[in-house]
Amino acid sequence: MDAFTPPTGVPLGHRRNHAKGICFTGMFEANGAGAALSRGQVFTRGQYPALGRFNLATADPNAPDATVRVRGMGLRISTPDGQEWRTAMIDPPFFPVSTPQAFYELLVASASKDPNAMKTFAGVHPEIAAFGAWAKSAPWTGSYAEERYNSLNSFILIDNSGAEHAVRWSLLPAAQPIPISPDDLAKRGPNFLEQEIAERVRGGPLRWTMVVTVANPGDPTADPSKAWPEDRRTVEVGTLTVQQIQPERDGPCRDINFDPTVLPTGIRTSDDPFPAARSAVYAKSFDRRTAEAKDYPRTATDAKP
Amino acid sequence: MIGDRQRFTPLQRLLHWLMAVCILAMLFIGVGMVSTVMPKYLTLVSIHKPLGIAILVLALVRLVVRLRFGAPSLPADLPGPMKVAAQLSHYAFYVLMIAMPLIGWGMLSAAAYPVVLFRGVRLPAILPQSDSLHTLLWDAHFYLAFVFFALILLHVAAALFHALIRRDGVFEAMAPVSTHDEVAPAE
Repeated sequence: MDAFTPPTGVPLGHRRNHAKGICFTGMFEANGAGAALSRGQVFTRGQYPALGRFNLATADPNAPDATVRVRGMGLRISTPDGQEWRTAMIDPPFFPVSTPQAFYELLVASASKDPNAMKTFAGVHPEIAAFGAWAKSAPWTGSYAEERYNSLNSFILIDNSGAEHAVRWSLLPAAQPIPISPDDLAKRGPNFLEQEIAERVRGGPLRWTMVVTVANPGDPTADPSKAWPEDRRTVEVGTLTVQQIQPERDGPCRDINFDPTVLPTGIRTSDDPFPAARSAVYAKSFDRRTAEAKDYPRTATDAKP
Repeated sequence: MIGDRQRFTPLQRLLHWLMAVCILAMLFIGVGMVSTVMPKYLTLVSIHKPLGIAILVLALVRLVVRLRFGAPSLPADLPGPMKVAAQLSHYAFYVLMIAMPLIGWGMLSAAAYPVVLFRGVRLPAILPQSDSLHTLLWDAHFYLAFVFFALILLHVAAALFHALIRRDGVFEAMAPVSTHDEVAPAE
């Protein structure tokens, strides 16, 4: 947890990572196709309220948009049976490293003053190279609306017969991604993404298709740095509609911990060690930031110096 | 409600020892789960919640049983301050046994986490979402756990003092089975 501390010190009251973000509310409309894979009510045909947060993977809530490579979405879908599905997804197609321990070492190495720290790290954790290549070559977009958000971690869906299916899920944007260079993004302003998404949603709701990818036997379910082959079975289970954007400081997502182990009946964690680690660390982040609530600008007037 | 019996009733003894095991396990699970990010974190949390509610239910049953059957009198020659300490410690135990699970439940409610005991078995929120309440209850849960542990150590020390040094029958009153000393008069 402390490895997230940016050089400028802990921004009190903020999430310790993915600190910069904006809330949304909307609806998840299940088409019923997922019911063959999971007994969760969220997969039965119907509309369920959704709450979420677009965010940047940075510990600095004031980081300019163009300086942050990874974007994410936290999402909570609530069903009438009182259950919740919380998930926090990011836009790379795979995770930089294989284990929580390696992720911790990555944070330490990237904050290290030793010029060789990253090289040493890459020597021990060669899987980081694929992520480096993605970060360098994948196009940037100018909108949260144009991103695909991936669970990366695997989970187990349990169907009505009790059969289990190892899956990962993704939200595919309806909006066409338009590449933009980080320099051009920087010119649009440090907080362009939040202004843009608010503007875009004012013009009409935005949609993502939720796709569940089913592993074949033997696929690496415990290692989110390994993408599964392209030909794996996918099932479109529904559509997320983002209907409203709210500023985080007094928005409904501010005090929600998008803990990826808060799952309804019909979904459970797999042998992937990340969700447990994320749950433990997110809880600590939540405990700390809620205790610092007085340091967080809650209203527009508070935010003024 | 002080009775004339020498020992607590069998039901009271059963509840005492059952809860002793549960509470000790609970304290170590609690310390363990806030100290790990390994997959066992989820296992520990998934035991901590239903076990906490089980302790709450047992504590309420035990309180009713205590009010109904009372406790054996303390030895007449026990010094006054020790009698007061014994009685205060019992109040403290009942307060903690009932308050700790409620604080934990309230803390999760205030953080808007679903309180899931088992797959599909969920408790309602008992408090509205609030970060100030969450922080207050989190701190209370954390520090009271150490108070609870300290109280248990004192309780064990006192029990051993009664059993080994004073040999005044107070330990035997709660001993799980009859001890040699107690059957001695019948021989």
